[in-house]
Amino acid sequence: MIRHALFAVLAPVLLALPANAQPAIPEQPPEQIVAGLSRDDVDITTSFDGSEIIIYGAIKRETRIPAGEPLDVIVTLEGPAQALTVRHKERRLGIWVNTGRVSIGSAPSFYVVATTRPLHLILPAAEDQRHRISIPLAMRAFAGPMEVEDAVPYTEALIRLRRAADVYRQDDGAVRLAEETLFRADVRLPANLVEGVYSTRIFLLRQGRIIDTFRAPIEVRKVGLERWLYRLALEQPFIYGIMSLAIAVAAGWGASAAFRLVKRP
Amino acid sequence: MQIYLPIAEVAVNALVLIGLGGIVGLMSGLFGVGGGFLITPLLFFIGIPPAIAVATGANQVVASSFSGVLAHVKRKTVDFRMGWVLLAGGLVGSSAGVLLFNMLSRLGQVDLVVQLCYVVFLGLIGAMMLQESLRALHRARRSGPIKPMRRHQHGWVHKWPWKMKFRASGLYISSIPVLLVGAAVGVLGAIMGVGGGFIMVPAMIYLLGMPTKVVIGTSLFQITFLSAYTTLMHAVSSNTVDVMLAVLLIVGGVTGAQIGTHLGARLRAEQLRILLALLVLGVCGKLALDLFLRPDELYSITPGILR
Repeated sequence: MIRHALFAVLAPVLLALPANAQPAIPEQPPEQIVAGLSRDDVDITTSFDGSEIIIYGAIKRETRIPAGEPLDVIVTLEGPAQALTVRHKERRLGIWVNTGRVSIGSAPSFYVVATTRPLHLILPAAEDQRHRISIPLAMRAFAGPMEVEDAVPYTEALIRLRRAADVYRQDDGAVRLAEETLFRADVRLPANLVEGVYSTRIFLLRQGRIIDTFRAPIEVRKVGLERWLYRLALEQPFIYGIMSLAIAVAAGWGASAAFRLVKRP
Repeated sequence: MQIYLPIAEVAVNALVLIGLGGIVGLMSGLFGVGGGFLITPLLFFIGIPPAIAVATGANQVVASSFSGVLAHVKRKTVDFRMGWVLLAGGLVGSSAGVLLFNMLSRLGQVDLVVQLCYVVFLGLIGAMMLQESLRALHRARRSGPIKPMRRHQHGWVHKWPWKMKFRASGLYISSIPVLLVGAAVGVLGAIMGVGGGFIMVPAMIYLLGMPTKVVIGTSLFQITFLSAYTTLMHAVSSNTVDVMLAVLLIVGGVTGAQIGTHLGARLRAEQLRILLALLVLGVCGKLALDLFLRPDELYSITPGILR
């Protein structure tokens, strides 16, 4: 009885759903990302020498693979943002001196963009602007008064220096996509990692349009001795300083004592 | 063997650091200098951030100079009274130096000033040492009678007030020039990230007229305390002392210093001094070239926003 009554109440709703749902609930993309990370935290130990993260997943779809333009996947991994200043040297009185400077309020300490095909072919400028995917757009705000007429050479230099240091990377073709269904990107993390929450983003593109996105955090933190020393240095700097001096004095005394022992016989 | 440095936030090869400390320790054992002027640029070169290199360098100097002081105390070649007066001047100078350093880094010219200081002082000291040791070598070769040098020259510094008796040095001089020498070394030490022994030793001999036998011990005594103070200031004000880095450098450094002392006893003093002079001039020349030649990269990144 109850079941019948329930059905009677729900029936109109259920039947009306296909017609009504389309505008009401945000449209379920026909192709969706189901993704995973090989790890969601990275521990920095004393012997930390870089790490590798595998970002993998599959495309979930109800229908058959649409024909035409191929599917593309973009994976980004972004480190905690930092404020920094870019300086420029010029020759003054025969020697090279810092003259101009541009302050950048927020630039990621680490940034990788990996794609299935060259980024400029698959990502239109409008989508790039909206989601801030390419390296130049990953840098956010300028801070402070501008002292130079043209900041562009400064931001270009920042990107060039960071790319040379291998902390900004654009890896075209580094995302492998099989049968337009399974994808995988291997992202190498350098040894000079900064502690903090890193964010992973995955974008699914078809015909120059982003049809689905996926986000997940990765926590990078120092552990053990590294963490203890780091905390002590920041929270109890005086005690940390005294400890550093005690170690130095003990080592100095130890060396001279050992030397006396060696010399005596 | 890679090791991650907790404060510098970079991974470096531990053996490279021990080796680096060892080379610098060897120098200090051979030549009786702290080696700060070598370790700081070398740390820049292997990718340690400059602020951390300067602060940790000071920590390493504490270890090497303390080890040296102990040896000198045993031989009774430390003028403690002179050391304390020099230190009083040094603490004032070092505090002023850190303020100056912070002001210059706001202006973005700290690298330039540090480099200019290195070029000027290394150039002067290197040239003086080379000239002096070449003359000594020449004299030794002629093996003629050595002219006795007249000590106790009463120059202008001896006419100042506030006279003090420095028994171990056999001096009765005004404490003002002593304080000034200490302060000058303190300022330079804070800016250049060095102990300042290579400036202090000639100043003690030529300006204060101290006998050579107590100069090294007294200078090491003052440097131990001064660099301990600098280390503590850096640790408290900017958290830039990396103790892991310091330990590796110290392990290499103290070992190298002992080997250096052994080697030094076998080599001839004049030849050693010529080698040191050439080394100092080499570092100076390299830094001067960097100032005058067009750098490969005109742009540089520094963390933080300066207003």
